[in-house]
Amino acid sequence: MSESSMTRPHTATAHHTSLGVDNRKLGVWAFIGSETLFFATLITTYFVFAPVNRARPDFQDPRKFLDIELTTVLASILLASSLTMVLALSASKRGDRRNFTIWLLATVGLGLAFIGGQVYEFNHLYHEGLTLSSSLFGTTFFVLTGFHGTHVAIGVIWLLSVFFKVRTYPDSPENAMDVEIAGLYWHFVDLVWVAIFVLVYLI
Amino acid sequence: MAIAERTAGTVSPPSVDVRPGWAGWLSTTDHKRIGIMYLVSAFVFFLIGGMEALLMRIQLGVPDNTFLTPDVYNQMFTMHGTTMIFLGLMPLNVGLGNYMVPLMIGARDMAFPRLNALSIWLFIFGGLMLYVSFFVGGAPNVGWFAYAPLTQKQFAPTAGVDYWIIGIGLTGVASIAGALNFIVTILNMRAPGMTLNRMPLFVWMQLVVAFILIFAFPVLTVATIQLLFDRHFGTRFFLPSLGGDAVLWQHLFWFFGHPEVYILILPTMGIISEVLPTFSRKPIFGYAFVAYSGVAIGFLGFLVWAHHMFAVGLGPLANAFFGAASFLIAVPTGVKIFNWLATMWQGSLNLTTSMLYAIGFISMFVIGGISGITLASPPINVQQTDSYYVVAHMHYVLFGGAIQGVFAGIFYWFPKMTGRMLNERLGKWQFWLMLISFNLTFFPMHLSGNEGMPRRIYTYEAEMGWNLWNLVSTIGSLLLAVAFLLFLWNVLTSIRRGPIAPADPWDGATLEWAVSSPPPVYNFAVTPRVRSRRPLWDEKYPHLHEVNGSHEAPARRSAGQRSDGFERETPEVMEAIHLPSPTYAPLIVSVGIMILGFGIIYLGDFGLIAASAMLVGLLVMATGILSWVRISHVDSPHQAHS
Repeated sequence: MSESSMTRPHTATAHHTSLGVDNRKLGVWAFIGSETLFFATLITTYFVFAPVNRARPDFQDPRKFLDIELTTVLASILLASSLTMVLALSASKRGDRRNFTIWLLATVGLGLAFIGGQVYEFNHLYHEGLTLSSSLFGTTFFVLTGFHGTHVAIGVIWLLSVFFKVRTYPDSPENAMDVEIAGLYWHFVDLVWVAIFVLVYLI
Repeated sequence: MAIAERTAGTVSPPSVDVRPGWAGWLSTTDHKRIGIMYLVSAFVFFLIGGMEALLMRIQLGVPDNTFLTPDVYNQMFTMHGTTMIFLGLMPLNVGLGNYMVPLMIGARDMAFPRLNALSIWLFIFGGLMLYVSFFVGGAPNVGWFAYAPLTQKQFAPTAGVDYWIIGIGLTGVASIAGALNFIVTILNMRAPGMTLNRMPLFVWMQLVVAFILIFAFPVLTVATIQLLFDRHFGTRFFLPSLGGDAVLWQHLFWFFGHPEVYILILPTMGIISEVLPTFSRKPIFGYAFVAYSGVAIGFLGFLVWAHHMFAVGLGPLANAFFGAASFLIAVPTGVKIFNWLATMWQGSLNLTTSMLYAIGFISMFVIGGISGITLASPPINVQQTDSYYVVAHMHYVLFGGAIQGVFAGIFYWFPKMTGRMLNERLGKWQFWLMLISFNLTFFPMHLSGNEGMPRRIYTYEAEMGWNLWNLVSTIGSLLLAVAFLLFLWNVLTSIRRGPIAPADPWDGATLEWAVSSPPPVYNFAVTPRVRSRRPLWDEKYPHLHEVNGSHEAPARRSAGQRSDGFERETPEVMEAIHLPSPTYAPLIVSVGIMILGFGIIYLGDFGLIAASAMLVGLLVMATGILSWVRISHVDSPHQAHS
């Protein structure tokens, strides 16, 4: 009765769910809950070691290494990608294939730009002498931001898979939901970056 | 009453594409087959873990023994703990849940059948990877808790710890994927009328456990990833000599590790809550209290992890908080126990093997619970920690409790799963032998622990005064092995020659007994409509509504409706039966992930070869995912009807 998918022409039982939420959407929400703990643990580790790092002879000062300008640009890129993601979903729901293609590929492009920026940043830091083993800052910083970058990369692959799936089966009624759940994950990864940006780079 | 005929017989079964023989199992997406695969593989791992325990008991049977070398002994207790927890108990519970949950809530399958297949394969491959370590330099020898800095490369130079990390990692991914599947299935796939407060308590506990899992496992995943980086890529998270923090590992590990205890015990509490009412022929006493005390245990379980760390010296404030929180858990646990006792009170008890195991669960679990309360007190804990008293405690809750609960479930549901009855006589022999030998094995450990015998020592001197209790434990453990052989014999003979099981051999109250034994592939020919907590009892005994005191009973029944607790939907819906096709995609993806895992283990030492292995793994994964997307498109319900 309550499911929105009933507005589309197919059998009601196929998509009947007890809560009225699509199964895959509910699953992705629960997965995001799980991922929250994943990043919370990494961020906590970073903060546990921040004062220890300061007190050690091989102390490396985050303020000397981190380039706020570059990361502000990266953060803006990722935030903009959330906007293009919303536009892609909206186009997909309207059945507007042209705009869907534009906005989804824009999201992918912004995601790739972010990864490129992070590769540049890592490379730069490495030449400045910050590595996984140079200090506790290096240890915690690279593992935290590296795993975030990996999530962005997985997000890009997910979005591209959705793009090609929608191109291969343009008439599948599942398409809008495919886009929506990939978008949910994408927004989550963005949000994690906002947290990392504020907690690691700004504070 | 012919309930089975009414569910299965009214429509012609839908055509189901099941491949014959091994191919059928390798490509299956049926929750029932996957449940059986979980149960069988977990039981094999369980037997291996049991043999490891036997080797340890033989070593400790007499003082100054040289049966096992110290290093092999360390490998044995590490693998015993890891195996029993990750590869034995957890998947036994998952297997029963996988088989029963969809049936109990009136669904045709899990929400994500292909993800379900991925979970079983990742679990099996993760377990096999853990055991590969024996053949490539030695199994992990650092304890199942893998305390830092013992796990660092300089102290544990073999690849054992790496295999532990990756093996646990794969089973962890399997567990999270499985938990997501349970959450969505239970919240979203319930038959009409099956509200949350009408769900069988086993389903409730599986739901709670699934939520614990998705929040506890990522913390372990991060900790093991950090350990992997420490061992291979130059980081120092857990390396105190360079500013790392060994206590941080303990915090992260036990933040996962304590909820894990409830992941092991709650499903078996759910089993008991099904078995006791059925064989007491009474509804469960205090349904809501039993359900929500499980939720409370799951929640409190996240607030007590540091009671594993009292000996660290976290300070009086932290110790007081974690001690008090641990005491608090006794409250919802006690609520459950009293409700179970009240369920049996004045019931007409039918002492089947399953029921015996349920009663065995309660009594042994209470003993383990009481020793647990003593351990929650920091000053007592500091005396007892790392002694055999702790070994006794955890085996009373996890063996006397959880394993007996699993046996209650297996004897209860074996007829449903196989269509054959287990031999009750043999089962009762097994129960009594197991109960006696269990106590013979583990009760003396309270005493040797109190006399100061530490855990994880490969031998002891004759003058220590622990000889008698250790000998008794060893004799008990050998008798335990006989009890397990009896069970194995019972299963192997009953599955071929056991009496044919009817649909409802125990006069059950829940929906799984409404379908044939074993159930048809599609479970329910017509979706049942549920109107009470005990749909089947209400159908079989409509006059008992008032006696049962079921306040949620069949109110608002309009004229013309049957008096059942549930009814079947109108025939228009029948043709909509749609089952997922078999596919090898999840198996291929799992193989890819396993190859990737081998690559990661050797990336630090053999860069180029390992990197190419990882690339191969990723390619295999990509192939699997492509065929996964294709089959899920072909399989989508819209496609089937267009």
